Amino acid sequence: MSARDDVLARVRAAQAVEPLPDGPTPRDYRRHDDRRLPELLDLLVERLTDYQATVHRGDDATTLVRSVLGGRSLPSLVVPDGVPDAWRDGIPGGIDLLADDPPLSAVELDGVGGVLTGCRVAIAETGTLVLDGGPGQGRRMLSLVPDYCLVMVTADQVVGSVPQAVAVLDPSRPLTWVSGPSATSDIELNRVEGVHGPRTLDVILLG
Amino acid sequence: MSTFLGLPAPPGAPPTAPPGVGHLRGDRPFPEAAADALADPQLRHNLGRATRTIRGKRNAVVAELPDWAELRAAGAAIKDDVLAHLDTYLLQLEEKVTSAGGVVHWARDAAEANAIVLELVLAAGATEVVKVKSMATQETGLNEALAAGGVSAWETDLAELIVQLGDDAPSHILVPAIHRNRAEIREIFLRAMGGVGRAADPGLTDDPAALAEAARLHLRQKFLDAEVAISGANFAIAETGTLGVVESEGNGRMCLTLPRVLITVMGLEKVVPTWQDLEVFLQLLPRSSTGERMNPYTSTWTGVHPGDGPQEFHLVLLDNGRTAVLADPQGRSALRCIRCSACLNVCPVYERAGGHAYGSVYPGPIGAVLSPQLTGVAENPSLPFASSLCGACYDVCPVAIDIPSMLVHLRERVVEDKRAHSRIPTSEQALMSAAKWTMLRPGRWAAALRAGRAGRVLGRRRDRIGALPPPLSAWTSTRDLPRPPEQTFRDWWVSSNGGHAEDGGT
Repeated sequence: MSARDDVLARVRAAQAVEPLPDGPTPRDYRRHDDRRLPELLDLLVERLTDYQATVHRGDDATTLVRSVLGGRSLPSLVVPDGVPDAWRDGIPGGIDLLADDPPLSAVELDGVGGVLTGCRVAIAETGTLVLDGGPGQGRRMLSLVPDYCLVMVTADQVVGSVPQAVAVLDPSRPLTWVSGPSATSDIELNRVEGVHGPRTLDVILLG
Repeated sequence: MSTFLGLPAPPGAPPTAPPGVGHLRGDRPFPEAAADALADPQLRHNLGRATRTIRGKRNAVVAELPDWAELRAAGAAIKDDVLAHLDTYLLQLEEKVTSAGGVVHWARDAAEANAIVLELVLAAGATEVVKVKSMATQETGLNEALAAGGVSAWETDLAELIVQLGDDAPSHILVPAIHRNRAEIREIFLRAMGGVGRAADPGLTDDPAALAEAARLHLRQKFLDAEVAISGANFAIAETGTLGVVESEGNGRMCLTLPRVLITVMGLEKVVPTWQDLEVFLQLLPRSSTGERMNPYTSTWTGVHPGDGPQEFHLVLLDNGRTAVLADPQGRSALRCIRCSACLNVCPVYERAGGHAYGSVYPGPIGAVLSPQLTGVAENPSLPFASSLCGACYDVCPVAIDIPSMLVHLRERVVEDKRAHSRIPTSEQALMSAAKWTMLRPGRWAAALRAGRAGRVLGRRRDRIGALPPPLSAWTSTRDLPRPPEQTFRDWWVSSNGGHAEDGGT
């Protein structure tokens, strides 16, 4: 008998000892956050900041990108395909720009100063940004290997709760949920920002 | 219910995890191993401080959610549904992973899982692999099996790195190096990093940020060089074939994204039915585990994503005694466990004894119910007794596993198992027989209670009895016994006219 058939037979034998309770899953938890958008945006900023991301808010993407990147003195920046011109136009002139076309190797990315990326959805209650590799985001390793990450969020991407985010996400895409910069609590349970992922996370919230 | 209480497993019953491979059994009983831990003041200090901190964080973020009880009920119900239809969901998962470009392997036990992984690594032409923290591969002893096959496995989680470099064993599900303080970690890094890769800067301080930086530099080269990564999984979604890993440091993302080949080893019970179920577990898990609203990074992937991440993906589904757990109706809900470790952090026994005393990769209250079920109670007979049954573990469990009731059930199984394997009654059985004879007649019982007053000759100094001769020493070796009172309750009841005489008299 193959391992597969054997394991499945074991599962069925175990279930047959006594049937397990069977019925619909109670989903009485909050599915939807009813707070209005301005409140949710404030909450998102508060929660992102609480987990050591630096948030910059405003309406003019170009100006914001210019001022945020101007203060970070990066030698180079990778910009994925599909980033809007308004964001790209704000990148200060002294920064060396790289496109991921042809795809950069991990070693090449290791030498890059940072990344500018969009996201798919942002969750206010948990301070989470979800990237799905869609336009303006690119491959997963772009937002991972460089030590600096700037994520652009538009107000219409912000939802209140985790269930609302799960509902808009497409599981067939590779997803990365980001809540603050890379961190560890492995040394005496002290949270330390920055192990393997980007140690600095800037967020620009438009709107 | 008592299908296999005390009896050898009936023919056709699923086998437990075989001995000789992996890390589910200690080489000493719990009380013996715990005594060592209790004698180590540094360890007790580290553990007390760490568990106190994480309990506070967990309580604060759980209190933020008004619907925690409803989420917990949903989490438990989803996991029960998984167990009720485990065969169906596993087949659905296999189909979806396969159609998304992955390859699914089935392993009856630890040895089979290790052999599958080793073969895949060698087929990829690799002699080194990077690993993201995984309970399943610790359970199977994968690193040792790979080493025996000529493959070096590098742990990349900071705490696992500390454990691996210190030639040590993990002592906590979530924070495996919880028993080490910063000074000890600095010493381990300075001593051991150079032998296996980039050495630590000789001027390294014990500042946690500096220690994290040292790990970043040491592991970066390994991530960039790795051809093969090995991971566990926090969940696998049957409906879509999606796998998920929840982490903090980014080492998980490195492993899941950079290498060409990804091998994920997952216990059967980690499957969940639908994509929507993520909305429950991504709220329950981080808050229960690290005490955060959300952990820094969660990755999900479905098979192979062309041009993004590993271009070869293998999923190994591991039984290793899980179906034996499923076969015990009173023990099977231990398979709901999402490995958050909240029960460890609230357990008064864990807080003092630490994780090593449990002898298994699954320590604490959940380990005390899971390890003996995975191996069979005969091989971990002391673990169901490693608890005061205070119930704190049940209260914090995000999937409502009734650990205290399960411990009592497993104690019964241990006793039945001993009886089935021994013709000579144990001292406990002799005592219980004597108690049965005494309690059968009220006269015998009253006489026995009065006789108990003779015990007043003992323990006069402290008003406690510290040690009794064998076989009663089995009780007093770990507990004090109160000194018997001057008067039994029955005598007092009679002499005080059912309590009225005292009421009226004063």
